[in-house]
Amino acid sequence: MTLSRRRLLNLIGCSAAASPFLTPVSFAAGPWDNRLVVIILRGALDGLDAVQPYGDPAWPELRRTLAGGPEIGSPDLDGFFALHPAMRPLMPMWAAGDLGFVHAVSTPYRDKRSHFDGQDLLEAGTMSLAEGARDGWLNRLLQTVPGVSGDTAYAIGRGDMYLLRGSAPVANWSAEADLTLSPQALRLMELVMQDDPKMHAVLQEAELLAGADVDAGGKRRPGHIRTAAFAAERLRSDARIAAFSLNGWDTHQDQHRALPKALERLADVLLTLKEELTGPVWNKTGVVVMTEFGRTARENGTRGTDHGTGGVMIYAGGALRGGQVGGAWPGLGQAELYQGRDLEPTRDVRAYAAWIMRGLFSLDATTLETKVFPGVDLGDDPRMMR
Amino acid sequence: MLSGLHGPDEIAERFPIQPFDDFRARMVEMQALYKKRSKVRGTPEGEALRKQQNLVKKAARQDMLGWLGQTLLRRAHTKTALRERLVYFWADHFTAYGKAGVIKRATSPYIEEAIRPHLTGRFSDLLFACVTHPVMLHFLDQHKSIGPNSVAAARRGKSRGLNENLAREVLELHTLGVDGPYNQTDVRELAELFAGMSFQPNRGFKFRKDYSEPGAETVLGTTYDGKPTMAPVRAALDDLAAHPATAQHIARKLAVHFVSDDPDPALVTHLATRFRETDGDLAQVYQALLEHDAAWQPGLGNAKLPVDFVASTLRALNVAPERIQPLTEKEMRQGFLRPMAMMGQIWQLPIGPDGWPEEDGHWLTPQGLSARITWAMAAPEQLVPSLPDPREFVRTALGSYASEAVQFAAGAAESKSEAIGLVLSCPAFQKR
Repeated sequence: MTLSRRRLLNLIGCSAAASPFLTPVSFAAGPWDNRLVVIILRGALDGLDAVQPYGDPAWPELRRTLAGGPEIGSPDLDGFFALHPAMRPLMPMWAAGDLGFVHAVSTPYRDKRSHFDGQDLLEAGTMSLAEGARDGWLNRLLQTVPGVSGDTAYAIGRGDMYLLRGSAPVANWSAEADLTLSPQALRLMELVMQDDPKMHAVLQEAELLAGADVDAGGKRRPGHIRTAAFAAERLRSDARIAAFSLNGWDTHQDQHRALPKALERLADVLLTLKEELTGPVWNKTGVVVMTEFGRTARENGTRGTDHGTGGVMIYAGGALRGGQVGGAWPGLGQAELYQGRDLEPTRDVRAYAAWIMRGLFSLDATTLETKVFPGVDLGDDPRMMR
Repeated sequence: MLSGLHGPDEIAERFPIQPFDDFRARMVEMQALYKKRSKVRGTPEGEALRKQQNLVKKAARQDMLGWLGQTLLRRAHTKTALRERLVYFWADHFTAYGKAGVIKRATSPYIEEAIRPHLTGRFSDLLFACVTHPVMLHFLDQHKSIGPNSVAAARRGKSRGLNENLAREVLELHTLGVDGPYNQTDVRELAELFAGMSFQPNRGFKFRKDYSEPGAETVLGTTYDGKPTMAPVRAALDDLAAHPATAQHIARKLAVHFVSDDPDPALVTHLATRFRETDGDLAQVYQALLEHDAAWQPGLGNAKLPVDFVASTLRALNVAPERIQPLTEKEMRQGFLRPMAMMGQIWQLPIGPDGWPEEDGHWLTPQGLSARITWAMAAPEQLVPSLPDPREFVRTALGSYASEAVQFAAGAAESKSEAIGLVLSCPAFQKR
């Protein structure tokens, strides 16, 4: 038996390679029983298409080819908002109160509308990039809790995502990194690594971690599902926090073709998490899905949308109170739009993330407002916990 | 070991990389196309121009991957390996890359122009070349920074202002170090001194007098006149380069990179002293590194970074340029870029301006090691016409570091490719 042909082709250039929509998952073990999953949507999700404000009188004017609402088959959420049809498989989760949304939110980032800076600020969690934060907010969360240690299995790893970057220990893994060696090669690899105890320990970890990539029928699953399944597997064990990102949201043209695929992947990810965080674990889990900024309220000339400001935050999990679209709705009339073009953010998205962390991990307000999200105003409790 | 550094840069001639000064033509072209297109957007003519823009972008993208190949080939075939390692070290110290547009592909051209010619000169010259380089000005937003009381600010109102990004990183990363003796006021004053440093695609660096902040600025207690020229900027950078904290910071970084994550303090002091005594003569500082006992401790040193591992594999296998240079963009991505990303290093795109971490623990993670092993098992047979005899290869690749275990494994593996993969994965090859 040798290195499998698929693996070999995958590596050096002959196959359709694995999903480009995937980045490594980062994990951190924590001293709690609750679980937090943070998913970053890179490229700026169009919140107005994902959660469609069909009840707003200005809506039909703004979107010509991207019309939404129950009339074109979008499942209705609450009589004002409808869900993009590509996320219809999530409707049972919505009905069960396991899925919710917050609309018209954004980070403090304004005006330049650069993905690069927008994502940096979303992950830094600060008021502005000029503050020069080198660590991400999820890592700073870990720094504030005594007794946090990397899951021993990942002790010498560190986060690849800016979000989890920092001094608190964090381990990395990608579902694509599975080690697939023949038994003989593996035995010999063990042997040569014995010259270096640390590397030997890392090799053994890698062997343990490999394996979440096939479904019950033994078929290899798509990358984003493997990522979610692997996150669930670790969260069922020692890990308490997992973060990863999904790409493919920058829909400048033909959004009606590009966005459904990305939304389906997101729905797959949420369903996989729910399915594989079996039993009581799902009820201890909060999932937060954020993006760097929203997109223009008005459709552009190429059946897409351009970089905007306010957008939507998606949340899920048995620990959170879903079944609601939260946030103060600013309206879509010309005078109500931010700079006449974007959904006006009515609240800092960090405030919602902070309230969820407060609920899951019992963090106090001062820690959240000064350490985790410096400068955030927590404001009123949006009542997102069950 | 150092003599090669003073000789002609033969390997750069053999495997050329376009310097930024030539790369700029692409930016000029993009700018011209953009301008033309803005008038005819949505028309067939506009569509044709968009396609032309895409061609320029595509060519730059392909060339960028070609330069990755050239970079690896330089490391594989050089007789002066130290030069390539120093280029890497300083390119990381002065991390800069384009954030949007065709300049995204200009990192190798930046390194070729700002770093490579200054390797053995004075640190102050290297610092000046990097800090004033268009790619750096763009990366840290300096080219848009406007003095609050400048002519431009008066003209534009409050829409734009000072950007402290570059000034902060110069103090924190490039010179004094994060624990250095500076405060927020120094950052601010240096940023005001920097206001005016900008560039234009058609001429490169340009000092914009209208962006310059009038009046003197005081950085670390020294006052620089407020003339709207580069003279006070040069003076401030020279003073920062000569600061004892800079000597200490650079000394430690060199020791960490070339010797150990936790270097002997005596080695750091030795380097810092030489740095100060020679006014930052880098060749002399490298000499100090090579002559110190702590640099020659037996045993293995730091883990190789992914790019080092990949390059040293090419070197060990003596991969021919003809094997790399014809690779397509897709092949370069799948053969090198993607595997290196899985190993943890997205080539030339570290997360922040502080470059890649040095700690072995960051790199030798389960994921990182898996990716290295997987690549080591699969890549070599694509890189050479026929794999070498593994028992022979143990000696070529590892020399006196070949342990009994590795020698045994190389002979006991089921296939040549597994045997080669085992040798490339072993601790002695993964470290240096």
